[in-house]
Amino acid sequence: MSTFLGMPVTAPRGVGHLRGDQSFPDAAREALGNAQLRRNLRHATTTIRGKSGRVIAELPDWQELRDAGSAIKADAMARLPELLEQLETRVAEAGGVVHWAADANEANAIVTDLVRRTGSDRVIKVKSMATQEIGLNEALEAAGITPVETDLAELIVQLGDDKPSHILVPAIHRNRSEIREIFLRAMPGVDPALTDDPPVLAAAARRYLRETFLSTKVAVSGANFAIADTGTLGVVESEGNGRMCLTLPDTLITVMGIEKVLPTWQDLEVFLQLLPRASTGERMNPYTTMWTGVTPGDGPQNFHLVLLDNGRSAVLSDPAGRSALHCIRCSACLNVCPVYERTGGHSYGSVYPGPIGAVLSPQLTGVADNASLPYASSLCGACFDACPVKIDIPSMLVHLRNKVPHGRAERAAMAAAAYTMDRPKLYASAQRAAKLARILGRRGRGLPPPLSGWTAGRDLPEFPKQTFRDWWAQREQP
Amino acid sequence: MSSRDLILGRVRAALRDAPVVPVAPRDYRPAGTNRADLDVLIDRLVDYKAEVYRVPSAEVAATAARLAGDGAVLVPPGLPEEWRPAGAYADDHLTADRIAEAGAVLTAAAVAVAETGTIVLDASPDQGRRVITLLPDVHVCVLRPAQVVASVPDAIARLDPCRPLTWISGPSATSDIELNRVEGVHGPRHLHVLILTD
Repeated sequence: MSTFLGMPVTAPRGVGHLRGDQSFPDAAREALGNAQLRRNLRHATTTIRGKSGRVIAELPDWQELRDAGSAIKADAMARLPELLEQLETRVAEAGGVVHWAADANEANAIVTDLVRRTGSDRVIKVKSMATQEIGLNEALEAAGITPVETDLAELIVQLGDDKPSHILVPAIHRNRSEIREIFLRAMPGVDPALTDDPPVLAAAARRYLRETFLSTKVAVSGANFAIADTGTLGVVESEGNGRMCLTLPDTLITVMGIEKVLPTWQDLEVFLQLLPRASTGERMNPYTTMWTGVTPGDGPQNFHLVLLDNGRSAVLSDPAGRSALHCIRCSACLNVCPVYERTGGHSYGSVYPGPIGAVLSPQLTGVADNASLPYASSLCGACFDACPVKIDIPSMLVHLRNKVPHGRAERAAMAAAAYTMDRPKLYASAQRAAKLARILGRRGRGLPPPLSGWTAGRDLPEFPKQTFRDWWAQREQP
Repeated sequence: MSSRDLILGRVRAALRDAPVVPVAPRDYRPAGTNRADLDVLIDRLVDYKAEVYRVPSAEVAATAARLAGDGAVLVPPGLPEEWRPAGAYADDHLTADRIAEAGAVLTAAAVAVAETGTIVLDASPDQGRRVITLLPDVHVCVLRPAQVVASVPDAIARLDPCRPLTWISGPSATSDIELNRVEGVHGPRHLHVLILTD
């Protein structure tokens, strides 16, 4: 079996949302032309950076919490097989059923089959990155099952027939008046006098979803963490839609990436401090639900946990890339990223946008399928500083750039440049020859083929009229 | 081969380099570092739009009845008798409709975290099933001062993970519209916290 010889198995093509239709530069070029999008993003990311900074400053031990969070995650990844087996045992002991899904197709099939067996043709969903990643909604719809997103932002995205653009706030690219228009167009039974006041918009979602919450027998959720030594799962949320989905239905199906497992109950004391402050900029999010298997007489009486690989084991196989699995999906790196703030989340093609997406998506799919993402960064390092579990995203981006397949022309050009730079005389004459490039490729236009690929994502610097060496030789002697 | 064996095999193969991980440093403030400060708790609760009242046990019933307005007060089956307002009805496998029509639900709590303004329910008999604190629009929660701890690590040390836990920090809210916090989406739109003075 080749798998056991260590061939990493990445997320399959043709299912889910880890690959875009366009390269990052092409998609970003379109997004940059959208002034409304840039205004919305700048407003939102500026707001959240301020909020987050204020509540982080309240904690005297923030750096110590980051150190602990980083180390606990590294430990969990190093012991992943035993922790997953322990989790499986504990969940089963508490009355849950554990399923293993090697990839998106298998996870979708497991969930679809579980829903079918309940006889329900509708499921309510708590916002979940894992189910977005595997394209669960499309799979359910193909099977005649209606998935209803209950998170306000996910609802905005679903009603607008749109795609999520942020890990935490999937509709961050929409402002209040756009949201009002979407509700008026697509929300059944909405009041035609709806205004764009945020509390009014939130109240419209409350009315629209209440009956659905009470009448739907199956819920699908993700999980923010799973505790191996107790079998406890947790979902962190704000609106109460999570509590509704995790409490009201008869059957709960939770889809969770295998990297979400934490060794001990005590570890939660670290992550429950890191996540809300880094994520929504709150001391604590309004609601967190924790459950261990099934509680007789309280909440869903059938609980299924689907453990998802879908390329995670491939990420784990690269010692220089595996810490991308430490991500707790807080989205702090998106909020501080100058590239994300200007291009928005859709440009990244994957459900995981921003700096963490630029290192996670190419590893989940194999670098060749997301070859432009490791370059979707200026390497400024703000993401590393903001990350609550200290993922060194800039170093990982450089590492992944070295794994991107390079075109023959680019490789030949780089080899020639290295040869020239090793030889001072040759280098001096090359610098003079570079003046020719002023004619070949003016700033902003890029190089002609076959070197145009290299300048597709980079501006060609304007070559000076005179090299430093020439100026030095010709300068007036004092 | 089962998918379970396939995944575990892939993960073991991925870890062939046997990464050595030092024991996690826990230099942050552990449980027991600080004593709980009620003033901090009140400040944080109010900051997240909960309303706070300091009352003696004898006034819990009247306060809850007042906060329920014209509606009846729903209580969990194990709520202390002296807190229970006249005319209150207890949860006994009630339907969702019967729960939702309450003017307010009145419960105890398991733990409160001062530093974050968080109340934790653990579904004990004086708190009831999770659904009863979810559907009514008003939640009135009674805290005994001894239940208040300083920090998240203190709360984790006190809680039993095998019980269903609900951590509540203010009323239901969303930040999904332009990242402005708006109170009141799907959960109770009003959270009142009664801190006992006796």
